[in-house]
Amino acid sequence: MTGAAGGAVAIVGAAECDLGATGRTTAELQSQAVTRALADAGLELRHVDGLATNGFGRFPATQLADYLGLRPAWSESTFAGGAVFEMYVARAAQAVAAGQATTVVISYASNQRTARSRTLAAGADAGLPEAQFEAPYHPLYPMSFYAMAAHRYLHRYGLSRADLAEVAVAAREWARLNPKAWHHDSPPLTVDEVLSAPMVSSPLSTLDSCLVTDGGGAVVLTSLERARDLPKPPVAVLGYGEATSHTAMATPPDLLDTGAADAGRRAFAAAGLTPGDIDVAQVYDAFTISVPLALEALGLAEPGAGPELVRSRRLPINTSGGGLAYCHPGQFGILLLVEAVRQLRGECGERQVAGARTALVHGTGGILSSHATVILGVDA
Amino acid sequence: MTPPVDEVTRPWWDATRERRLVLQWCPDCEQPQHYPRALCVRCGRADLTWRPASGRAIVDSFTVVHRAPEPGVEPRYVLARVRLDEGPVLLTHLERCPEPRCDLPVMLDWRPLDDGRHLPIFIPQSVEPR
Repeated sequence: MTGAAGGAVAIVGAAECDLGATGRTTAELQSQAVTRALADAGLELRHVDGLATNGFGRFPATQLADYLGLRPAWSESTFAGGAVFEMYVARAAQAVAAGQATTVVISYASNQRTARSRTLAAGADAGLPEAQFEAPYHPLYPMSFYAMAAHRYLHRYGLSRADLAEVAVAAREWARLNPKAWHHDSPPLTVDEVLSAPMVSSPLSTLDSCLVTDGGGAVVLTSLERARDLPKPPVAVLGYGEATSHTAMATPPDLLDTGAADAGRRAFAAAGLTPGDIDVAQVYDAFTISVPLALEALGLAEPGAGPELVRSRRLPINTSGGGLAYCHPGQFGILLLVEAVRQLRGECGERQVAGARTALVHGTGGILSSHATVILGVDA
Repeated sequence: MTPPVDEVTRPWWDATRERRLVLQWCPDCEQPQHYPRALCVRCGRADLTWRPASGRAIVDSFTVVHRAPEPGVEPRYVLARVRLDEGPVLLTHLERCPEPRCDLPVMLDWRPLDDGRHLPIFIPQSVEPR
C-alpha cells in the first residue's frame, strides 16, 4: 500500500513472548516480545523510533518506552479492544510513509493467567452513560453480547449450536499442529464435547470461549525499500480498513450487521484484491460465533455459510489454533499478525499453508464494537 | 443495587416510579432513541422531549446467563435485547418465559428497586400480567 508520502511499508519482524502460564510479569513478557521481534528482523532496540502498545499502565506507549529505554519520535496507544493491533498497523504504515518514524514496533503482552486478573465482568465500564441501563441486568461482559449475536445468527440461518462447535473443533485441529499452542498436546475435540461443556451464557459454553492465558507478541514495520535489505523476506502491507460502531449492548439495530463488512471492504479496495484472492485468514475468535460473523461480513463466505466454510477446510483459518486453542492473552490481535507473517514466510512447519502469498488479518474489539482488517502479501 | 442517575437520564428514571416507560424523542426528526442522551444522534438537537412507550416489543435476541458476573448476583436469568414497537432496542430481562426465543412477542412489566424506582423487564404477551 502506498502512503501519502509515496512509500510502501512492510512487516520485517514478528515474534511471540512466552505463552501460556508463564509466572512472569507483563513487563518481562513485553521485553521478550519486543526484543525477539527485533532479533527476527535483524534489528536492535536502538533502531526503534516508533512504538505502539496498550495494556501497559495508563500511558501505555509512554510507559513501555520508559521500560525499554526508548525515546520514540512516534508513539500510539489508541484503545479499541483486541482489534487495535490491526489499527496500529494502519497508523504505523502511515507514520513510516510520512517519514515520522523509520522503525515501528507494535507490541502487546499480558500475564492475565498468572495474575488471575480476568473476570466474567471484565471490561464493563461502570462510568459509561449506558451503564445505568445495562448494569442492573448483569450481562457477562463481553460474553453475553456475543451470546445474543449467536442466538440471532442461529435463528436467522436455521443453524444449531453444532454448527458453531465446528469452529472450536477446527481450532483444536490446528493447535495440535502448533508446538506453541496451549492445546498442542490435547486430544482432538469433538462437536459433542463442545455441546456438552458447561453452559456459560447460552448458546455459548466454556468450549465456545477463548482461552485465558498469558502471552503476547510484537511485529516490526519499516519501509518496503529498507525491508529488502533485512534478513527475512518482507511481508508487504497491501491494504487496511477499519470501522467503529457501538459500545452499548442495545445500540446496534442488527446484531449481525457488524463493522467487519465496512472494514473488509475498505481493506480490499485499498489492496486492489477480492476475497477470492486470500490464501489464509486469521480472524479474531474470542468466541466460536466470532468466526462465521467475520468470515461472512468480509465476503469470505456467503451469509449463513461461515460454519460450512470452516467445516470444509477450503480456506485455512486461524492456523495457529487461534484464541480458542493456541493463546488468548486478553487481546489476541497482535498474535493474528504474527501468525500471518509466519505463514507468508513459509515458517509454519506442520501447519504451513503451501504457497500462501496473501493473508487476511481481522481484529475485533469490545462487543463487536471495533473492527480492523489488514491484508498482507509476500513481496512481489 | 440501585442504578445511578444523572441530569440527562433523571426524567427516564423518575417515570419508572409510576411504572411508566418513556422514550426520548427529537421534535425535528420525529424519531425516538434509547438510551437517553444529551443530543439527538440523528441531528444533534439538544432539547429533546419524553413520550410514553407502548410497552409492546419483540425479542431481538437473548441469552440465558448461567454464571454470575459478580458476587451477589444469582444465575440463571434471561438477558435479552427487545425491540420496542417504537423502534429502539432495550437491554432487559425476560421473566415468566421458560422458552425464550428470537422474535417472541413480549410486553412490559416492572421489578421494584429499593428506592421507589422500577426496572423495566419483559414477559411474553401470552402471559397474564401480575
